[in-house]
Amino acid sequence: MEKFITHTGIGVPLRQSNVDTDQIIPAVYLKRITRTGFEDALFAAWRKDASFILNQEPFNAGSVLVAGPDFGTGSSREHAVWALKDYGFKAVLSSRFADIFRGNSGKQGLLAAEVAQDDIELIWKVLENAPGTEVKVDLVSKTVECGNVVAPFEIDDYTRWRLLEGLDDIGLTLQHEEDITAYEATRPSFKPRTLPARTQ
Amino acid sequence: MGKTLAEKVWDAHVVRKGDGEGANAQPDLLFIDLHLVHEVTSPQAFEGLRLAGRQLRRPDLTIATEDHNTPTLDIDKPIADLTSRTQIQTLRNNCKEFGVRLHSLGDAEQGIVHVVGPQLGLTQPGMTVVCGDSHTSTHGAFGALAMGIGTSEVEHVMATQTLSLKPFKTMAINVEGTLRPGVSAKDIILAVIAKIGTGGGQGYVLEYRGSAIRALSMEARMTICNMSIEAGARAGMVAPDETTYAFMLGRPHAPQGADWDAAVEYWNTLHTDDDATFDVEVDLDADTLEPFVTWGTNPGQGISLNETVPFPEDFADENAKLAAERALQYMGLEAGTPMKDIRVDTVFLGSCTNSRIEDLRAAADVIRGREKDPKVRMLVVPGSARVRLEAEAEGLDKVFKEFGAEWRFAGCSMCLGMNPDQLEPGERCASTSNRNFEGRQGKGGRTHLVSPVVAAATAVRGTLSSPSDLESATATTTLTGTAV
Repeated sequence: MEKFITHTGIGVPLRQSNVDTDQIIPAVYLKRITRTGFEDALFAAWRKDASFILNQEPFNAGSVLVAGPDFGTGSSREHAVWALKDYGFKAVLSSRFADIFRGNSGKQGLLAAEVAQDDIELIWKVLENAPGTEVKVDLVSKTVECGNVVAPFEIDDYTRWRLLEGLDDIGLTLQHEEDITAYEATRPSFKPRTLPARTQ
Repeated sequence: MGKTLAEKVWDAHVVRKGDGEGANAQPDLLFIDLHLVHEVTSPQAFEGLRLAGRQLRRPDLTIATEDHNTPTLDIDKPIADLTSRTQIQTLRNNCKEFGVRLHSLGDAEQGIVHVVGPQLGLTQPGMTVVCGDSHTSTHGAFGALAMGIGTSEVEHVMATQTLSLKPFKTMAINVEGTLRPGVSAKDIILAVIAKIGTGGGQGYVLEYRGSAIRALSMEARMTICNMSIEAGARAGMVAPDETTYAFMLGRPHAPQGADWDAAVEYWNTLHTDDDATFDVEVDLDADTLEPFVTWGTNPGQGISLNETVPFPEDFADENAKLAAERALQYMGLEAGTPMKDIRVDTVFLGSCTNSRIEDLRAAADVIRGREKDPKVRMLVVPGSARVRLEAEAEGLDKVFKEFGAEWRFAGCSMCLGMNPDQLEPGERCASTSNRNFEGRQGKGGRTHLVSPVVAAATAVRGTLSSPSDLESATATTTLTGTAV
């Protein structure tokens, strides 16, 4: 995973709550078997509307999405994170993220920064009054800057550390493989196994 | 101090405690007892293993089915949609390469992954269950800690049979009382989500408790736990009891002989201790609950079927007001309209929320001997091939077919429309599924989430209805007849 330390890019105000993963990427795009190439799928239904924010310059070149509360609700599809990343987004700001979406973001190096809704409102105003204003997201100091607004954001320490170091999760876990093996030896015999297969 | 059910299951699976304490605590490494796999969220994970030269650690704790893409008609023919066919074929190739048990389309055990696990007896109390699907919360009905995960985590579980997880907060959902006729588990969970909101459960494991929950069947408990994710929760649970054991006994992968006794002894410890505390408690009165239905485009936008479409200006919160305005516009609804005046085009009975045998029986009981509104299309999609066989053995397929409904093969189907079962733009659907998001069931489609019996009654009348509306309709006819 690529390290994330700081990023500065055009902010995109998305004045909407409950942006669910079916909006971020409709199910029809989930049939692909690749992990990249989802940029066309991002907000596919909404992008058919000419007035949608990503169809307007300079927002179409944005890389910091500033959304309403409860971003990423619904499905566990990591494709939502892949689509945001493939489009060019490096960070999403919201006052509340769905758990699975936030977890998926952390695995993929997309920063999900939890910013208080009052600060989101201030940032929205800056971005709407001066389209093209850049947002600086600093993971070291856990702050966002946009125009004259400087606001703190929350992210759990473990995800922050992994993002700053660009660490691969599986590699980290496999450092403790002997613990896994030891645990496996203690599992009771009544726990089910899928193999050999039994059916009705 | 005592522990909650969720804490007990968690503690029993810690492979390695995370270093540090308080805000600096690293996540615990938890062992995963069962990994369910399907075609949509797995190809990139298998590819990741291959690229890193890693093995799948525990094929004997892994099982795959084909469900999201599978057609519900002509299942003996090659899948028409090429990308769907490729994705299914990729799963078949991957399962073969990595030694994973797979139930393919046409197999008697194929079906929606969350119907198949419990049906085979693979889902058991006190387990950790994961799947690259948010509705994995379904398995919590057995007192398992069951969570939806993303593809990176799918790959992590494949490689290590563990997950790094931060401890959750706990929330009790206390449902006391007795449900009235025509009110069911779906109404409980829709009411819970309307009450706490789509983000209300965020960071929590929910435990459903109280006399109304204890009185529910396993199918009904699965319906409730299934939609925990719609309240933002990572998992939902019900403590195991005699109902759970009766459901499990004799299933193919249920423990046998001495193992069964040892298992039950352990399972009996899986309840929240009297002196344990929850971080939050929420109460819901089962006695006064009415059939519930959604009016908007997220599962929290629901009300009683007897009410009217809400006015956006009645919402105090500015974001909720905007969301309501937008939802009404998308749904093509006017504030103030009685919910029961809303006419639908399609009724969908299916999905991992409501496609089990009990759901089909309940719907069949409502429509038996009645006629479908001729303008309404009704799709009945059993959750698994096994459920379909069971329903046919009981003659339920005949009830649905005589009524004029389409009797389909098993899969996720119109819940998310990854296969050809989709709504047309502007089409309105009463659906027993779990998400009423914009475009979820097809681009421009409009979804009202309902219970199986409300779906059935709606198919009879053509407008959103509860079974009691049918009874009163019959009573009126009889009365008129007597007067004449």
